[in-house]
Amino acid sequence: MKLIFEQGAEGHCLHLLPACDVPEYQLSAERTAPLHLPHVSENELTRHYTALCRQIHGVNDGFYPLGSCTMKYNPKIDEEMASLPGFTKLHPLQPEETAQGALEALHILGTELGEVFGMDAVTFQPAAGAHGEFTGVLLIKAYHTDRGDTARTKIIVPDSAHGTNPATAAMCGYQVVNIASNDKGGVDLDALRAAVGPDTAGLMLTNPNTVGLFDPNILEITKIVHNAGGLCYYDGANLNAVMGVVRPGDMGFDCIHSNLHKTFATPHGGGGPGAGAVGCKAFLRKYMPGPLVVEQSGKFGFEYPEKSIGRVKLFYGNFTVCVKALTYVCTLGKEGISEAAKNAVLNANYMMACLKEKFDMAYDGPCMHEFVMSLTRLHHETGVSALDIAKGMLDFDLHPPTMYFPLIVHEALMVEPCETESKQLMDEVCGIYCRLYDMAYTDPGALHTAPHTTPVRRLDEVGAARNPVLRYRFEA
Amino acid sequence: MGSYVPTTAAEREQMLSKIGVESMEELYAAVPREMLLQDGLDLPAGLSELEVRERMTALAEKNRVFRTVLRGAGSYRHFIPAVVKSVTSREELVTCYTPYQAEISQGVLQGTFEFQTMICELTGMDVANASHYDGATAAAETIPMCKDRKRTVAYVSAATNPQVIEVMKTYCFASNTELHVVPAKDGRTDAEALKAALGADAACFYLQQPNFFGQIEDAALLGEIAHAAGAKFVMGVNPIACALLPTPRELGADIAVGDGQPLGLDTAFGGPYLGFMATTGALMRKLPGRIVGQTKDVDGKTGYVLTLSAREQHIRREKASSNICSNQALCAFTAGVYLAAMGEAGMKQCARLCISKAHYLAAGLEKIGCRLKYSGEFFHEFVTETACPDCRRRILDALAEKDILGGAEVDGGILWCVTELVSKEKLDETIATVKEVLHA
Repeated sequence: MKLIFEQGAEGHCLHLLPACDVPEYQLSAERTAPLHLPHVSENELTRHYTALCRQIHGVNDGFYPLGSCTMKYNPKIDEEMASLPGFTKLHPLQPEETAQGALEALHILGTELGEVFGMDAVTFQPAAGAHGEFTGVLLIKAYHTDRGDTARTKIIVPDSAHGTNPATAAMCGYQVVNIASNDKGGVDLDALRAAVGPDTAGLMLTNPNTVGLFDPNILEITKIVHNAGGLCYYDGANLNAVMGVVRPGDMGFDCIHSNLHKTFATPHGGGGPGAGAVGCKAFLRKYMPGPLVVEQSGKFGFEYPEKSIGRVKLFYGNFTVCVKALTYVCTLGKEGISEAAKNAVLNANYMMACLKEKFDMAYDGPCMHEFVMSLTRLHHETGVSALDIAKGMLDFDLHPPTMYFPLIVHEALMVEPCETESKQLMDEVCGIYCRLYDMAYTDPGALHTAPHTTPVRRLDEVGAARNPVLRYRFEA
Repeated sequence: MGSYVPTTAAEREQMLSKIGVESMEELYAAVPREMLLQDGLDLPAGLSELEVRERMTALAEKNRVFRTVLRGAGSYRHFIPAVVKSVTSREELVTCYTPYQAEISQGVLQGTFEFQTMICELTGMDVANASHYDGATAAAETIPMCKDRKRTVAYVSAATNPQVIEVMKTYCFASNTELHVVPAKDGRTDAEALKAALGADAACFYLQQPNFFGQIEDAALLGEIAHAAGAKFVMGVNPIACALLPTPRELGADIAVGDGQPLGLDTAFGGPYLGFMATTGALMRKLPGRIVGQTKDVDGKTGYVLTLSAREQHIRREKASSNICSNQALCAFTAGVYLAAMGEAGMKQCARLCISKAHYLAAGLEKIGCRLKYSGEFFHEFVTETACPDCRRRILDALAEKDILGGAEVDGGILWCVTELVSKEKLDETIATVKEVLHA
C-alpha cells in the first residue's frame, strides 16, 4: 500500500487553525532544515487510515489466542468512560481539590486491585508490564540497600520466564541466575535450594507459569527464597487464571505487577498503551514510586513515600487506561472476577481436550488459562513446523497462538483462548487446527508457503535486519 | 453484574465432561487447598452497565475541567483535529496486539513506519523507534545507549523538567550509574559549569530544548562542549517547537527524544503520553524498543516487519538493550495521524501561534508590573517573578474564578504556557485579572 507521503499532492491540506490574532513573533534563529510531512486533504487522510485499518486483525476481528497476552474482549463501556471529558481534559498539575474524582478513581482501583493481589499498596505509575517489573525489582533493591545488605547481587529467574524478567533484573544492576525447570514445567526445588544464598536479592516468578501450570510447590518456593533473605516478585502476566481464586500475596510474594491490558481488559492498541500496576506488602510501601494517592477524611491527595525509589514515569501513569480497568472491575465485582478466571481456565482445558486427540501437549493437564503444544513430532514426520501451522491459520482469518515460547518447549504453540470466547467458536477453531494438522501430512507444501490470502505473504525478516530501511526517504 | 463470559450452564457441563472432570474446582487441583480464597474477594458486587456508567460519570463530574489552560510544565493542551479521534478510535487499531504476525498487521506496521519517518523529519535524525512510555523514560533510556566501559557518568542540565530528572535518577539508581546535575544560570544551562564538570568518564549530557522554564538554550554551544569532552549530546525536545527551532541534528545532537503528547494526545491527567527516540545511523542498534522496517514478501511485494530484534528482551534476555516490551503504539499512531493532518504548514502555524501568543501574554504581564524572571529567548512558556507564595495563590485563585487555569508555581514564580487554543480575548482577560490582584 502507498505510504501517506505518496498520497495527495503539494497544496492539499486540512483547514484547522485560525489566523494569528496577536502580533507575530519571530525568533532570532529559526529552523532552516526542510520539514517533509504529508500533503493530504481530509478525505485522502481518512481513506488512507481506513485502508490501513483494514489490514489489521484486532480482538474485534476474531479469535486471538495469543498465549501469555490475554487477548480478552475489550468492553465498549470501558472506552466510553475513559473518554469522558471530566477525565481526558484534566491537566495533571491542576490543584488536587479540582481533581478529586480522578484521585478517587485511582484510590478505588488501588484498593480493589490490592485485594485481588493480596497486597497492601498499589501504584499505577508504571506504563507497561516490563515497566512494572522494573519498579517491583527496584523495590527489592531499595529494601536491601536500605538495610545495608549490599552483598545481594543476584536475581533468580527460571528458564521458562518471559524475556522481560532477566532483562529487568539486568537493568536493575543484578546478575541473573537462570535455574532449570523440572519435568513438570515448574521450579526445580533442588536447583532453587542450590541457587539461593547470601547473594540472593530475590526471585522473579510467574505463577501459573509460562507453560500454563500452577506450581503446586509455590509455598515451598517462596519460603526457600525468604529463608535465604531474598524477596519474591510475582510477574502477573498470568493473573487472569487465578484472580479471585487465589492471591499472589497469599502465595508468599512480596510484590507484584499486573498488566491491566491483559487481566483487566484494557485494549492493547497495537502494543500499548498498557498499564503495569505494581502492588507490594506493607513493609515495602515506603519505597514505592511517588506520588501515591491517599485518602484523608474523605479528601484525596498525593503523598511521597518516605524512602521512595523516585518516579518511574511522568505524573501518575497511564491514567485513562486505569479508568478503563476501574470500569471493568466495577462491572465484574466480587463474583465476576473469579468467574472470569474460572471460565478462562475452563476454556483452555476444553480446547486442550479437543486438540490433544491430534496434537502433542508439552505437559499433561489440567492446565490453567493457557496450554502449550509441542509440534516436534509433527515437524519430524512431515517437515511442517509450528511456524508453518501458524501461518496456515492466517488463511482461515485466525490469529495464531504465541509461537516458539516458552523457550524450553520445542516447536511450541501456546494457546490462551480467554473466558470471553464461546464454546461454538472454540469448536470451530479446533476443527480448523485439526484440519491444518491433517494437511501437514496430505499437503505440506501448501503450509510451507502459507499464508496465501493475506495482504502480504511471508516477509523477508532477515533482509529487513541486514539492510534496515526504517524510514521513508524524500527526494532531495 | 457481568464478566463477559458467554458460556451457559449446560455448555459448561458439556465442556467439563469433554475435559473429564466433575467440577470447575477440580481444574484448580494443583493449588494448595489452604491458599484458596474461602469466601471470595472482599469487593463490592458487580454492577450493571447502567450503574457502572452512573458511577464513573459521577467520578468524572467531581473533576473540574478548566475552559482555558495556561499551564504546561510537561503537559500541553493543544487543538486536536476531529480526524485524529475518528481514525484512532477504530476497533481494529484499538484492540490489536503488538504486530508479531506481520501478514495480518500491515496497517499497524505501516502506520508505525510512517510515524518513525515523521519523527525523523521533526528532529532531523536518521532513525526513530516505534515509541517509548513517555518523554521522561525515553530520556532515561538514552543513558545506557551512551555508556561504555570507560564512559560511565551521565550529566543532565538543571533546567530540565524536574520530573524528567527524577525519572533519570531512578533509572540510574537501578543501573548503578552516576548522574550529575549541571547548574543553570539565569534560567539557562551554565556553559562554563558544564565545561568544568565533564570529565574523561562523561558518557552523555542531556539538554532540554526549550528548557523547563521555556527558555531557548544555546544548544549548539552546549553540544560542542559535550563533544569536546568526548560525551554524547542528547536533546529532549518539544515536538511542536521542532517546527520552528533548528533541528537537534543541526545542533549536533547524537540522540533526540521527547514527549509526543502535544501531537494530538489529551492531557488526560498525565497519561497515556508518548515517548519518542531518534538517533544517528551510528547508534541505531543501541536504540531500545520496537523498530519497524520495510522489506519484501515472497512475491516481491513491499511490506513491513518488526526488525533489529536482536537488541530486544525476547531474544537477548539479560543482555538486551532494555526490558521494554509493550510501548505506546496507539499513541504513536495518533501522533502520526496528527502530523499528517497538520502537515508542514499546519505545524509551523501552530508553533507560530504558540510563540506569538506567549509573547503577547508576557508583554502584557510586564506592562502591568510583572517581571520576567529570565532574560533569554523563549518559546511558549515563560516565568514571571512572584516571590510571595500568597501573591501567587491570589493570582491563581482569581484566574480560577474566571475558569482559567493559571501557570504552574515554580520556585519564586509562575511558569506560564500559552498554546494556539487561547484567544487574544482570553489573554487580555488574564492580564486584566492579574492586574486587579496586583493593584488590589
